[in-house]
Amino acid sequence: MDSFGSILAEAFGLILALDPDLVEIVGLSLKVTLSAVAISCLIGLPLGAAVGAFRFPGRIVLTVLLNAMMGLPPVVVGLTVYLMLSASGPFGALALLYTPTAMIIAQTILVTPIAAALTRQVVEDLNREYAEQFASLGVGPLGRISALLRDARFSLLTVALAGFGRAVAEVGAVMIVGGNINHVTRVMTTTIALETSKGNLQLALALGVVLLILSLIINAAVMAVRGTAQRAAYV
Amino acid sequence: MFEAQTNTTSTDAARVPTPLLQTRSLGFEAGGQRLIDTVDVDIRTGRRTVIMGANGAGKSLLLRLLHGLIRPSAGQVLWQGRPLDRAGRYAQAMVFQRPVLLRRSVLANLSFALSARGIRGRERKRRIEIAMHQARLTALAYRPARVLSGGEQQRLAIARALACGPEILFLDEPTASLDPASIHAVEELIAQAHANGVTIVLVTHDLGQARRLGDDLIFLHGGRVVETGPAATVLDNPKSGPAKAWTEGRLFFESDPWNRSQRLGDRS
Repeated sequence: MDSFGSILAEAFGLILALDPDLVEIVGLSLKVTLSAVAISCLIGLPLGAAVGAFRFPGRIVLTVLLNAMMGLPPVVVGLTVYLMLSASGPFGALALLYTPTAMIIAQTILVTPIAAALTRQVVEDLNREYAEQFASLGVGPLGRISALLRDARFSLLTVALAGFGRAVAEVGAVMIVGGNINHVTRVMTTTIALETSKGNLQLALALGVVLLILSLIINAAVMAVRGTAQRAAYV
Repeated sequence: MFEAQTNTTSTDAARVPTPLLQTRSLGFEAGGQRLIDTVDVDIRTGRRTVIMGANGAGKSLLLRLLHGLIRPSAGQVLWQGRPLDRAGRYAQAMVFQRPVLLRRSVLANLSFALSARGIRGRERKRRIEIAMHQARLTALAYRPARVLSGGEQQRLAIARALACGPEILFLDEPTASLDPASIHAVEELIAQAHANGVTIVLVTHDLGQARRLGDDLIFLHGGRVVETGPAATVLDNPKSGPAKAWTEGRLFFESDPWNRSQRLGDRS
């Protein structure tokens, strides 16, 4: 077996040479993950904001549920989506199983509770400050939600980041519903799992490095935006 | 139990304008405690009413009840003789002790408030310009509101409230943590609003401010109105024990003679 150093060197070689397989896998990973995060934010942000800003019957139950769902086991989500999309399942006719769309659905189910639960916390804190002023100005429910989401926008970047972190590193659900089919549904995490089991450590490690670099870049970008916003007293 | 003292002269009583806002046996309870107790007050149109009292007397709470921000446990608030409704609320505006400003520019804060009231387009632009001019904030229009000084923030909060065109403006200790120059600027804005026909209800701890800005005075103690009357008269010659103690700069205790005599029903 090669030394760790030589494997790492080969891995960097693949990255620097922009190996077509590697680029394809990274591209699909980003497409699936970013789509899932975007859809999750579209659902989770307004949902979390509504739970954080309004008092209604069942609010506490919903809060507990959202918090609990943050820890959904990916394989269970994968299995459930698999059963729904399989030929004998209720959505079998859509023929979505083993497609990137199925992977986006599974990741959306995993990320939406994270987006909603974290948004609820952020919005609830902000609403505590704004509620009386909103009531005094006579701001309607939709106006409240949009104002709270807008004013919490920089904190919500961190929420989206947490969702991205969960989705991009996820392997169990996308493996089950995507099937890890070469050139179709093969993403970074599933490739790492497969190539490691095959002993092709160079590609696995190269993908691992890309995954880390991506996380680093996105985190740094969000921190920079937040820092700028903080200096302008928008946080 | 205290009986509210009415500290008026016959000439004051002769020119009583119509009450814009009234409370009838208003009460509010929380945690098993009666924080506002059987309050009956009249806020007269075009007047400047000052609400005073020691910490915990219920001043801010009364202001929130008058503005409809919280629901009373007992009694009611009447706006122009009818129960306070949405239309009545829209004719009111409030400025809080600590200005609550959105995380946006000065201009966007004004714009948001006017949009919430359904004021858009040219009319919104016109009102924003007037508000910024009056509060001397035009040069700071694009500055994030939360980097403004305390005085500028409070002026913005008042300008925002006034831009909505209220008939009545509630102010909860608006100058509590400001320097003398900023206090002067805020008082000028309040005076200007009053000159434009806005009825003012001001909670303050500042005796000088109460004299400068107050026409009528409501003195609260333990959630009850213990004295009302023209501000100058009450402050110069308070009849109730709590108001007397207040003007003398000392705490009022339950065991003080005025309180005992009230309980015995001996008000001689």
